[in-house]
Amino acid sequence: MDILLQEVGYSYAMNTPFEKRALHNVNIHIPSGSYTAIIGHTGSGKSTVLQHLNALLKPTEGSVVIGEQQVDAKTKGKHLRDIRRQVGIVFQFPEQQLFDETVLKDIMFGPLNYGVSEEEASRRAHELVEQLGLPADVLEKSPFDLSGGQMRRVAIAGVLAMEPDVLVLDEPTAGLDPKGRREIMDLFHELHVKKGLTTVLVTHSMEDAARYADQVAIMHQGKCVATGEPKDIFSNEEQLLDYRLEPPRTIRLQRKFEEKMGIKLDSISLTEEALAKNLALAFLEGREAE
Amino acid sequence: MMEKMIFGRFIPGDSFVHRMDPRAKILFVFLFIAIVFVANNTLTYLLLLAFTFFVVFLSKIRLYFLVNGLKPVFILLIFTFMLHIFFTKGGDLLFSFGFVEVYEEGLRQGIFISIRFLVLVFITSILTLTTSPISITDGIEVLLGPFKRIKLPVHELALMMSISLRFIPTLMDETGKILKAQMARGSDIGSGPLKKRIKAVVPLLIPLFVSAFKRAEDLATAMEVRGYRGGEGRTRYRQLDWRMRDTLSLLMLVGFTAVLWYFRT
Amino acid sequence: MNSIIMSFKDVTFTYTPDDQSVRPAVADLSFSIEEGEWIALVGHNGSGKSTIAKLMNGLLFPQAGEVAAMNLTMSEESLWDIRSQMGMVFQNPDNQFVGATVQDDVAFALENNGVPHEEMVVRVKESLRQVKMEEFLDHEPHHLSGGQKQRVAIAGALALRPRLLILDEATSMLDPQGRMEVIETIRELREETGLTVISITHDLEEAALADRIIVMNAGRKHKEGTPEEVFLTGNELTTLGLDLPFAMRMTHLLREAGVQVLGEHMTEDELVEELWTFYSKK
Ligand SMILES: Nc1ncnc2c1ncn2[C@@H]1O[C@H](COP(=O)(O)OP(=O)(O)OP(=O)(O)O)[C@@H](O)[C@H]1O
Ligand SMILES: Nc1ncnc2c1ncn2[C@@H]1O[C@H](COP(=O)(O)OP(=O)(O)OP(=O)(O)O)[C@@H](O)[C@H]1O
Ligand SMILES: [Mg+2]
Ligand SMILES: [Mg+2]
Repeated sequence: MDILLQEVGYSYAMNTPFEKRALHNVNIHIPSGSYTAIIGHTGSGKSTVLQHLNALLKPTEGSVVIGEQQVDAKTKGKHLRDIRRQVGIVFQFPEQQLFDETVLKDIMFGPLNYGVSEEEASRRAHELVEQLGLPADVLEKSPFDLSGGQMRRVAIAGVLAMEPDVLVLDEPTAGLDPKGRREIMDLFHELHVKKGLTTVLVTHSMEDAARYADQVAIMHQGKCVATGEPKDIFSNEEQLLDYRLEPPRTIRLQRKFEEKMGIKLDSISLTEEALAKNLALAFLEGREAE
Repeated sequence: MMEKMIFGRFIPGDSFVHRMDPRAKILFVFLFIAIVFVANNTLTYLLLLAFTFFVVFLSKIRLYFLVNGLKPVFILLIFTFMLHIFFTKGGDLLFSFGFVEVYEEGLRQGIFISIRFLVLVFITSILTLTTSPISITDGIEVLLGPFKRIKLPVHELALMMSISLRFIPTLMDETGKILKAQMARGSDIGSGPLKKRIKAVVPLLIPLFVSAFKRAEDLATAMEVRGYRGGEGRTRYRQLDWRMRDTLSLLMLVGFTAVLWYFRT
Repeated sequence: MNSIIMSFKDVTFTYTPDDQSVRPAVADLSFSIEEGEWIALVGHNGSGKSTIAKLMNGLLFPQAGEVAAMNLTMSEESLWDIRSQMGMVFQNPDNQFVGATVQDDVAFALENNGVPHEEMVVRVKESLRQVKMEEFLDHEPHHLSGGQKQRVAIAGALALRPRLLILDEATSMLDPQGRMEVIETIRELREETGLTVISITHDLEEAALADRIIVMNAGRKHKEGTPEEVFLTGNELTTLGLDLPFAMRMTHLLREAGVQVLGEHMTEDELVEELWTFYSKK
């Protein structure tokens, strides 16, 4: 499902003394099946953009096209439910949205709201709990008796259970330990590939953006100032610095290496594995050259 | 919708009213509430209205925002106005259709009550709009100071109030976030039959309570760590500053009372 | 030798003393910290780090063992004395902001300790200057960024001029820039005042900057030592839910890819340096 933001502007608290302009003329195209990372300095409007993707916010200017549907300032609430089923959103600290008596019921909440049958919802919950690496007995526990990392997974399962076509993630791993962080990011990537999801990730981690995304958009002061492939976005260091961002560590190390050696590696290293390979190659070539 | 409400919020500024001592402003409002009941004829009500607009003018709060932000209050206002028009009888019959009869006295009372209501809402709003919550609490704490003698926990009350006020924006944000998160999971608040609506509130309230408790716990820890153990032996960072303008404002109000008294019938 | 500022001796603590089936949050823990050190406390989610922090300033008391700080054994009597000499900053910037404005918040600990008004004004300014927030005196918390709020929280902890500062994941909810600001602030403070810092963190790059690291696993101390000593254990850390700093991960990956890196490098610069020597020798 394609999503298209056209000249989107948004102000919080319109027409009050507290009015706050958050977006100006934002244009972003999220092709079906892509993995898009949205990066930007704090307060640049990333979360505001995200909430337009499933019509939790309606643009005050311009329009958002989600699949077949167009949403603008005048769109009525009724038509939005369908969009929200197709576009699942995992907010920052999603464990804050847990409420039901048992983990099972909580995961089933979303699907049941959208008219999925009890059996089907329960089947999905069982499947997801396993997929997310949670012990099967958590299903009957209260979500509030779980550890922080487990609660996070249950909340994510609650969104995945709606089987959305588009998965929108707002810093899904904040506060987790390094292992938990990696597991969850890998899981999202696996789902993206296996189920052919369209994924949109907001993150402060340039490393994650470089590793997983095939499209990167930079937000700066409420505007989308650049979109492109990770290799192009991240190799343009000046542009990143202008928007108060840094290149991923792998690229920083690659640059240091290149500078010291006075050579240029063939390709830009977006992942640690790629960097190791690139460096090894450079050594090999160096040896052959002798 | 919520964010448009301005009742009880603070707009920073540098007007005459903003700079007044909170104690003076609180006293002013209480005195004013009493004075409103002095007015009893057309002239005094008009004076009351004029005085209110003068205060609004001094506060430099735009009337448009004030009117716009107090919309829910106006619904109440129109309702009481209607009640008076339809149910107060006396004086000449102005007009009637069917069983509804409107009398002169009803119209008069309706207008008077509305003005009274309006000026009260305006003046109290001006207090909260021009005074930061912490100053209001400070003012109240000092004004209530004498009651410490009768063992009223004035300091604790004031601290509780200032912390609640401090957390209102945070909790409002939180409510918005949880509401959105549940909407994204298809929960449908605000439509359907009553029973369904009540059920739809549960996914909102429980996370709110959980997080409010968590916050309260964290905050209590943070306070204890910084050495908080009640009002005993505490010193105050905030010092209030009573100036000439505060005395003058109160005197002006007293003068105005005298004028009202003179013209009342 | 420096004096010991904080020590745990065989400390055990459980939140559920009646339920034997739950493992204690902290078990048989001993360590001591010298004045002026910078300690990083790391461990997986639920490994007991926050519990340790709470034991350190008497928010919790151990069921067994002894906690001592500033040459005093932690007890109901010594509690307030100890607390007035240590500051603590927590994870969530919103939940520890007591005052309505920046300056009120910084003054809070001073008010509690009965510092006279004139002195307070001076100290509030001084602490805010130390964290470079002196221009924000009258700002309200919800108008500050996360990093700014945390710096105010640090100023609030500093106002009492403590000897020990404990940070419980103070940077984990921040963006990279906010995190840098806070870490930089801590570094400068240490240079300026010789403050002892205990920093609980999931960020291994941050831990690598410390003088010493204590690694927790399921309530027990797994290892203790300089960053070099701790990170040399390599993949062991990964199984504990942790990770290695980036430069070390790269060192390992390079070896797997057939590049003979000899040293174990904590920083990118060291790694590049070795690669360069190696490359240019051939
Ligand atoms: N509910 C709200 N009311 C008013 N202003 C808001 C609200 N939410 C966000 N803003 C403002 O809109 C702007 C964009 O905020 P947004 O949350 O989209 O940024 P972000 O890029 O997600 O930042 P972060 O990286 O800190 O999460 C900011 O200036 C913010 O202060
Ligand atoms: N208030 C409490 N009541 C009961 N058990 C608790 C409480 N707080 C923590 N625990 C338990 O104690 C253990 C240690 O928790 P602690 O919060 O100290 O871990 P942590 O290392 O700080 O984790 P994190 O990295 O997630 O902050 C965990 O198993 C946790 O579930
Ligand atoms: Mg955001
Ligand atoms: Mg913790």
